[in-house]
Amino acid sequence: MRYKVYLIFSLVMLQVALLCGVLSSYSFLYPETLKNIVPFQQLRPMHVSAALFWIISAAVTSLLVHSNHIAVIKTANKRLINTAAGIWALTITVIFAYYTMNKYGGREYWEFPPWLGIPLLLSWILLMVGYGIYWLNLKNKKPLYQIMWATGILFFLLTFIEQNIWHIAWIRQSYIREVTMQWKANGSMVGAWNQMIYGTSLYMMVKMSGDKSIAENKKVYAFYFLSLSNLMFNWGHHIYNVPTASWVRHISYFISMTEWLFLISMIQSFKLKTSEYNKHKHLICYKFIIASEVWLFLNLLLAIMMSIPAINKYTHGTHITVAHAMGTTIGINTMILLGSIGYICKIDTASVKVKKAVTTGYNIAQVSLLIFWLCLVVAGLTKGYRSRVLQIKDFQTMMTPIYPFLKLFAVAGIGLLAGMGMIIYNYLKQLYSKRLHHE
Amino acid sequence: MKGASIWREKNCQSCHQLYGLGGYMGPDLTNIMSSKAENNARTFIKYGTGKMPNLHLNNEEVDNLVAYLSWIDKTGKSEVNDSNIHWTGSYIIK
Ligand code: HEC
Ligand code: HEM
Repeated sequence: MRYKVYLIFSLVMLQVALLCGVLSSYSFLYPETLKNIVPFQQLRPMHVSAALFWIISAAVTSLLVHSNHIAVIKTANKRLINTAAGIWALTITVIFAYYTMNKYGGREYWEFPPWLGIPLLLSWILLMVGYGIYWLNLKNKKPLYQIMWATGILFFLLTFIEQNIWHIAWIRQSYIREVTMQWKANGSMVGAWNQMIYGTSLYMMVKMSGDKSIAENKKVYAFYFLSLSNLMFNWGHHIYNVPTASWVRHISYFISMTEWLFLISMIQSFKLKTSEYNKHKHLICYKFIIASEVWLFLNLLLAIMMSIPAINKYTHGTHITVAHAMGTTIGINTMILLGSIGYICKIDTASVKVKKAVTTGYNIAQVSLLIFWLCLVVAGLTKGYRSRVLQIKDFQTMMTPIYPFLKLFAVAGIGLLAGMGMIIYNYLKQLYSKRLHHE
Repeated sequence: MKGASIWREKNCQSCHQLYGLGGYMGPDLTNIMSSKAENNARTFIKYGTGKMPNLHLNNEEVDNLVAYLSWIDKTGKSEVNDSNIHWTGSYIIK
């Protein structure tokens, strides 16, 4: 399979996301000068779509490469998967062409003209058939990552369909119905890619430690069911303030609170993990996994707080949401995926010079992300206080003290671009010159 | 709703929120029609400002967007009142 091509495509998407992110942050801050050169309404969709496509493409490629290591994917299935990937990449290219022509029409995060969802859907179905046949024939389905990968692929399909359900006129007849469905889909879709990505993280931990039991014990299975119920029922925290039926709110509040169990479990296993970390921390791939766990902890804490409606009242619709969205997609998803790609392109066997450059990029990215994330949290708290407590109605007056934090955020964004850029560049070099792991 | 498709095609959601959902460059517009005079919205949409772009919409498109925002406004309030907060931390709305 053309894994290398898929990986290069994914990394290019990440680079585009970073570039558009930096540009959009400046266009947010200085619209008077930039609104005609780099319009925010054009760059935001480019940024967010590139980010989502990076995550989804890299998550699928990672799990395919890792699966191929476990049992060779058969030629017929490979053909289906290659076709799927071809349609996927081609459609994304068309999507970006539409964005450059200022043509939109879709919903939040998927702002391209909606008919482009059809080839994406087709591509996913082909992938599912190809991967599904392989998965059903797989002899050992016990390791949890196998189950998580399959769950992720299945639920992505379901949530993608849900995401497009607004095309049915009956859904659009009531705005409340429509907005509820939309955010149910968006929330659950994140759960779907998290299944794929956390599956990969688990797989890498097993491979690096050589301890199979990590993925086959009662506790991880229990947490899998917990995460599955969160995927299905915690989406309501996006729409607490929408006047839907009360049970939507109460159920998702209740389910969201089960996330305390994840947090407690993380704290409990902290000691065990630090000794494990110390054993492997010389490995670049493992560093990314460590980073993802630290970011998971911080973002989980933030997410749990935001899931309490009485607190959500002050954080909803502020930059706290952006901190949550980017904190998780960069801190957790991107870190795991960069670890996984590093593992696949055998970054730990690269020359000292390359490894040094990746490590420097990693360090710059972590420090920048911390500043980036803290700025968004403070900006969000300030907005929540000024708009909900002080009830300042004039938008610009309310926003004025927030801009300095967003300026620092934009500077940290350049740091993130630089740090991640160094990683991407060296990964691409490595992909170009070396055979892949499992090839 | 014609206004809904213009809202999507002009990508108003990248800068504005409805019920707190959307982009953050501009204000939440859920209740803009009941909190300010209709002409306020009309003027912003038609001409933009230093910060908001002029999207060169014709009068019919502006009318449709205003109608859409009025329709949204009638569905509820974006901001939840303190009196809606239950002791468990949840909201009771309606
Ligand atoms: C590039 C971002 C951007 C886009 C796109 C955008 N707006 Fe705005 N809008 C703003 C900003 C920023 C303000 C606040 C105006 C200011 O402070 O100068 C605003 C203000 C408004 C207001 C007035 C709000 C008030 O409180 O008085 C309305 C109404 C409005 N926009 C509607 C729309 C509609 C409808 C669209 C889509 C056709 C749209 N906007 C597209 C950024 C945007
Ligand atoms: C791996 C890298 C990145 C990923 C995965 C990512 C992901 C995202 C996501 C998912 C959103 C939507 C947030 C929401 O709707 O709440 C977003 C918004 C945004 N991102 Fe990023 N991002 C990345 C890097 C960056 C960088 C480097 C910058 C530069 C400062 C940046 C600036 C922004 C801005 C300005 C917004 C819009 C927020 C608003 O509407 O006000 N991003 N990003």
